[in-house]
Amino acid sequence: MAAGEHSGMVERRGASLWLTHAGLILGVLVIVFPIWLAFVASTVTQAEIVRPPMPLLPGDQFLENYRKALVSGINAPVATMLLNSAVMALGIAFGKIAISLLSAFAIVYFRFPGRRVFFWLIFLTLMLPVEVRIVPTYEVVARFGMLNSHAGLILPLIASATATFLFRQFFMTVPDELVEAARVDGARPMRFFLDILLPMSRTNIAALFVILFIYGWNQYLWPLLITTDPQMNTIVMGIKQMFPSGDDWADWPVIMATSILAMLPPVLVVIFMQKLFIRGLVESEK
Amino acid sequence: MATLSLTGVRKSFGATEVIHGVDIDVAEGELIVIVGPSGCGKSTLLRMVAGLETATAGEIAINGARVNEREPMDRNIAMVFQNYALYPHMSVFDNMAYGLKIARRPKAEIAERVTEAARLLQLEPYLKRKPRELSGGQRQRVAMGRAIVRQPDVFLFDEPLSNLDAKLRVQMRLEIKALQRKLGVTSLYVTHDQVEAMTLADRMIVMNEGHAEQIGAPLDVYERPATVFAAQFIGSPSMNILPGEGSGDAVVLANGARVPVAQRVEGKVLLGVRPEHLVPDPEGAIALETGTSEPIGALTLVHGRLEGSTLDCVASLPGVHRESGLPAIQRFSVPPGLAHVFDAGNGRRLAG
Repeated sequence: MAAGEHSGMVERRGASLWLTHAGLILGVLVIVFPIWLAFVASTVTQAEIVRPPMPLLPGDQFLENYRKALVSGINAPVATMLLNSAVMALGIAFGKIAISLLSAFAIVYFRFPGRRVFFWLIFLTLMLPVEVRIVPTYEVVARFGMLNSHAGLILPLIASATATFLFRQFFMTVPDELVEAARVDGARPMRFFLDILLPMSRTNIAALFVILFIYGWNQYLWPLLITTDPQMNTIVMGIKQMFPSGDDWADWPVIMATSILAMLPPVLVVIFMQKLFIRGLVESEK
Repeated sequence: MATLSLTGVRKSFGATEVIHGVDIDVAEGELIVIVGPSGCGKSTLLRMVAGLETATAGEIAINGARVNEREPMDRNIAMVFQNYALYPHMSVFDNMAYGLKIARRPKAEIAERVTEAARLLQLEPYLKRKPRELSGGQRQRVAMGRAIVRQPDVFLFDEPLSNLDAKLRVQMRLEIKALQRKLGVTSLYVTHDQVEAMTLADRMIVMNEGHAEQIGAPLDVYERPATVFAAQFIGSPSMNILPGEGSGDAVVLANGARVPVAQRVEGKVLLGVRPEHLVPDPEGAIALETGTSEPIGALTLVHGRLEGSTLDCVASLPGVHRESGLPAIQRFSVPPGLAHVFDAGNGRRLAG
């Protein structure tokens, strides 16, 4: 009797286990299928793509298509666009982290006139996405002569209210005694910031880096506006630029190869930072 | 080794004054305990000496030099915090070495001083660990080590033992005392625990609502409390305070009992009697309607009311007394020299 109940329970748990897995596998298939199609399309010839039915297994043009994309591309070599995107995404991620760390440090640890006002001003900009202020921003960037430059791609997007707010919340949880201990130990404010606050924030920094890198990488509208020179195109907007205007035919294998290439860096960042991120979480306060 | 002196030190937060003028001269190597209930301003006083709060008025001097305007790091003090305030991402070694690193001492000297402190505190096996891998007592030691390595003029302790369990607290109390004796560093120690104050202090400051009620050696405070507050705060269980009327060489209590005292008293007074000074005596003047009793082992606390009144009174009897074994009315006498008399108006001790 007891044994029967026991095995019954195991069976039931087994069934639900299979069911969960089946559900998850189905979900993964739904998400992966388009990406698989894109990958397949990037390994066959143009002729194979346009002839129905669409191929579902990779062809033999992998090296040829990717070489063509990376070296010559359509308007600009994809390698150049990848580099532009990397510069922009890294610039935005590092810039945003540096600026928001410092401004959160100022807001939390220094008493200066208008501290609350500044905090609320920063907080207010949370509600203004790039698109809302894009015309005046364009005007400013144009007058600084930063069109078609990396600086022009990065600077307007470099301040982040969200990150400032996040670091502010984190700094406020740091016990006051730690600041006081550092003061007694002789640490001046920047020393305290570099030696104590920064190492304590590394988990937050890692998490933010992932988010901000992807945010920078996926910027579409802003690069589209300010880069007219194909040599300055970023990859996300570059893909769109590859579509022909008028009656020209689209070079689908190269476009698909570019798409796959555009996806890789964010995926790598997530995979690589995830390790850091989890280690940070495990290591932090019990 | 240094002297520390506070002269008329006051502190206000806005319009509210929280420290109403404290004066004390601390001799070299002396351990001063600031004791009082929470909110009495004892931590604020310590933080002013540390330089973490500014003094509104008065002077703080270390070795005779005014330090009011100096940053904490320039006062050559070290502080041990209640929650230890260890840097969570640094190893024990780095925690202790941080102050010296900032002071740009040579690496060899830092290593030597940290190792020496670690040896003194038996922390040598843990130097590579992070604070979270240590027990409460060990963290407490690291916090002390961080203070020691700096070889400061003055140690400041802000309730360093209140996060430890009772047993460890007793052990660390002894260690702190031994260490302070050994190093001979002038120290200020804040606590709300009167036992810590009694056992550690060379002299203590009893604080109440921002006033230093009494400054003196622990036994002086115990034997000759200057005010009703000091009398009740120091000693456990706290002193019984019975209102009465002075009549020459005795105090007449509300219920008519005449308690002889060793001084001449007139007018409205408060009679203070420590529970341990109530001696069972069939002829005694003080009669208690006994209530609950709390046997602690070595002694029994008998709670009761003064006969014919609603005044609570506690007597501490040596040995074990069961509640059922106590008479409904127990009489006590007080050796005249052990009764304290305070002015009923301002609560100050009346000189004998």
